[in-house]
Amino acid sequence: MSETPNISIAILGSGGAGALTAGNLLLEAACTAGCHGLLTRTIGPQIRGGEAAALVRLANHPIECMPERYDLLIGIDWLNANRFGTEIDVGPESLVISDPRGGDLPAVVVRGGARVVEVPIKELAKAIPDGRPNMVVLGIVAALVGLGEASFTELLEKRLASKGAAAIASSLAGLKAGLAAAANIDLGKRLSPPKPSDTKRWLVSGNETTGLGAIRGGIKFAAAYPITPASEILEWLAPSLTKVGGVLLQAEDELAAVNMTIGASYGGTPSLTATSGPGLSLMMEALGLATAAEIPIVVIDVMRAGPSTGIPTKSEQTDLNIAVYGFHGDAPHLVVAPQSVADCLFTTQWAVYLAEALQAPTIVLSDQFIGQAVAAIERPADIAFIGQRVKAVETAVGVYKRYAITASGVSPMAIPGQPGGQYTADGLTHSERGIPTSGEADHRAQLDKRRDKLDRFNYGDHWATVEGDGEFAVVTWGSLTGAVREAIERLRGRVDVRLVAPRLLSPVQPERLAAALDGVKRILVVEQSHGAQFHRYLRAHYDLPGEVRVLERPGPMPIRPSEIEQAITEWRS
Amino acid sequence: MTIVEAQVARKAADYKSEVKPIWCPGCGDYHVLMSFTRAFAELGLEPENTVVVSGIGCSSRIPAYTNCYGFHGVHGRSLAIAAGLKVSRPDLTVVVASGDGDGYSIGGNHFLHACRRNIDMTYVVMDNHIYGMTKGQPSPTTEPEFDTALTPGGTGLSPFHPLVIALASGANFVARAFSGEPNETASILVEAIRHPGFSFVEILSPCVTFRPDEREWKSRVHPAPVGATNNPGKAARRLMTDDGFNIGILYRGERRPYQPSLVGQNIDFAELEKDFEL
Repeated sequence: MSETPNISIAILGSGGAGALTAGNLLLEAACTAGCHGLLTRTIGPQIRGGEAAALVRLANHPIECMPERYDLLIGIDWLNANRFGTEIDVGPESLVISDPRGGDLPAVVVRGGARVVEVPIKELAKAIPDGRPNMVVLGIVAALVGLGEASFTELLEKRLASKGAAAIASSLAGLKAGLAAAANIDLGKRLSPPKPSDTKRWLVSGNETTGLGAIRGGIKFAAAYPITPASEILEWLAPSLTKVGGVLLQAEDELAAVNMTIGASYGGTPSLTATSGPGLSLMMEALGLATAAEIPIVVIDVMRAGPSTGIPTKSEQTDLNIAVYGFHGDAPHLVVAPQSVADCLFTTQWAVYLAEALQAPTIVLSDQFIGQAVAAIERPADIAFIGQRVKAVETAVGVYKRYAITASGVSPMAIPGQPGGQYTADGLTHSERGIPTSGEADHRAQLDKRRDKLDRFNYGDHWATVEGDGEFAVVTWGSLTGAVREAIERLRGRVDVRLVAPRLLSPVQPERLAAALDGVKRILVVEQSHGAQFHRYLRAHYDLPGEVRVLERPGPMPIRPSEIEQAITEWRS
Repeated sequence: MTIVEAQVARKAADYKSEVKPIWCPGCGDYHVLMSFTRAFAELGLEPENTVVVSGIGCSSRIPAYTNCYGFHGVHGRSLAIAAGLKVSRPDLTVVVASGDGDGYSIGGNHFLHACRRNIDMTYVVMDNHIYGMTKGQPSPTTEPEFDTALTPGGTGLSPFHPLVIALASGANFVARAFSGEPNETASILVEAIRHPGFSFVEILSPCVTFRPDEREWKSRVHPAPVGATNNPGKAARRLMTDDGFNIGILYRGERRPYQPSLVGQNIDFAELEKDFEL
């Protein structure tokens, strides 16, 4: 039997069958045993009773994306499996474990020509008092992938401790039944043992690292209106903010959420809110206010397929246009995008720093894929950004200029409580003193300063990920960076490909991108958008050298490394 | 409400800013501004510890006319800005100014939830039963037969009853004042600001430009026949016979204001990471 550096497993069932629980336990047990891993879940819109699948990829190297085909697919049942279409693909080399009473095999499995082995999962579970099929599944996977029984036993004992001895016993019996049932099944490969590592590791979702990045950045106030797939950020922040002396306020709608955020920040407290596309649309007016009144706030948008309600549970990169262009008037602001589960921490922390330093609203474009994916990552390094909000010095009443024109464009900001700093923050065009005006000179001066403060700031190397060299470049952004990196890795030795992924989307950095693409003759733009929003954005702001092609697709089908690899190899020949 | 008193006695004039109001001649809002500054002086508020928050409309120009900290935000969202500010800075005195369009129409949802949330702040709505700044469209408090360009022949719709809504939604202090009586209005504002929790004061403030008929409000208003109650049932019954011109404090509730603790648990960030560790 051959050893493989990574292996992918899909566990599928109708809602409530426990597929997601099995996936989470599998990931945690494997990662505790030293593996790297990534779990994404794909679910329908129903909270209970729909279709659910846990997609797990385990490896002995860091993992940032899902593969094109699954090595192992286990169906607890196939009742709603057809709804996934090609999201869960299998090929002739895949193994499918199917319960003979679980319903008909979905078309995609039949078409893929995978080897199918029947295991009476439900029957095995039924033979155990309070037995659950998903524990049997866990045992089957443990046996097939080649992970020892011990790490699973230990984990179940830990996780079920509060549920009592009977619950532990029935789960362990399920696990054993699965292990026994799989004893004579051969997956054809097994995971090569992970390299031992002393680094401290985390098992986290991108939404959780986003929350931690916010707090590390200094956020002390969050306003919250629930929305899929952003709610986990807010739910993580609620107790965490309390611990650090901050507060989360639940708003009545997104209009309130963004305005509460602005109010708290006006009072001197670094503040944020988190939402998804429909919520971002509702927040746009107030984002214009934050731009004009120069109130630093962070808005995290965990993108999902749109427009309108779209597919709330699935990922897409289609809020780029609204984030960059959605404001009315000329409204310079910041847009940044994290590139992985780990990078959500860095990018959110950076966003807080940028918002505070530049007194401008900052949108963080995360997405459902990295937001809800759970990954084993090395603990990201502690980063401290130097600098914070520039506060006004004490002056006499009637002298302080809140919107003073300065060399940097940033005006020292008075905070309520500070004597002599009284001013009225205003969305109306105003003078340097903050007094409303409709004059041309003040309007232009304030537009200039709000643009200049962003343009004159040094964003450093954080503006983008630039890796490798060669005459071929893939330009991408956000969560697709991981898939592109894997494709480039696969091409190593055949063709050198550069990876350029801007983390800073607004303000645009034409000189930096030109330098990153220096010597490039062919550019492949990769993005998850039907309308190729990123390609259009690049065309609007940058001179792209050489020939350009675009690999774009709407959600929910992620762009896989093999498609990127294929696009590059086909273009070369 | 949090009140940081000045070290020296203050006069109403001390709370005026250098910005000259640009309301129409005869506008009731001039008197409301006067009542604000008189109330602030009587309370001895420190201007630097006081924030006047507003939305959009004639009423919402008021922050810039005071020398306190101010926030002139977007249409209808003043209560949300004030909620974020007050919860994160409970040391400040927060007064919110709005109008019947800003507060009852576009900001209607926030009104309900601000009453329910009961954060310690004072919400003043200058009600003139019309959209003044956009030149005379009907607001939620406009009478059904009032003829406008936007609604020829009138809206045919029943007006909104702000005090009923405030009481039903949980406001902790409910009162009505008339701009033409600035001293009485100032006294009501003083009590509203002092009262813990969410205080709602509706100020009838005529728009003589688009509602010249409102000049008559002077003769229509009258002191409420009975004083304030702390019983919401009694207050509700009184509102059933309210003619819309009873002036005075209707209700003083005893609900505890909403203010989460801002005292942390003195932990460092590493503590937050513990749940992430494998």
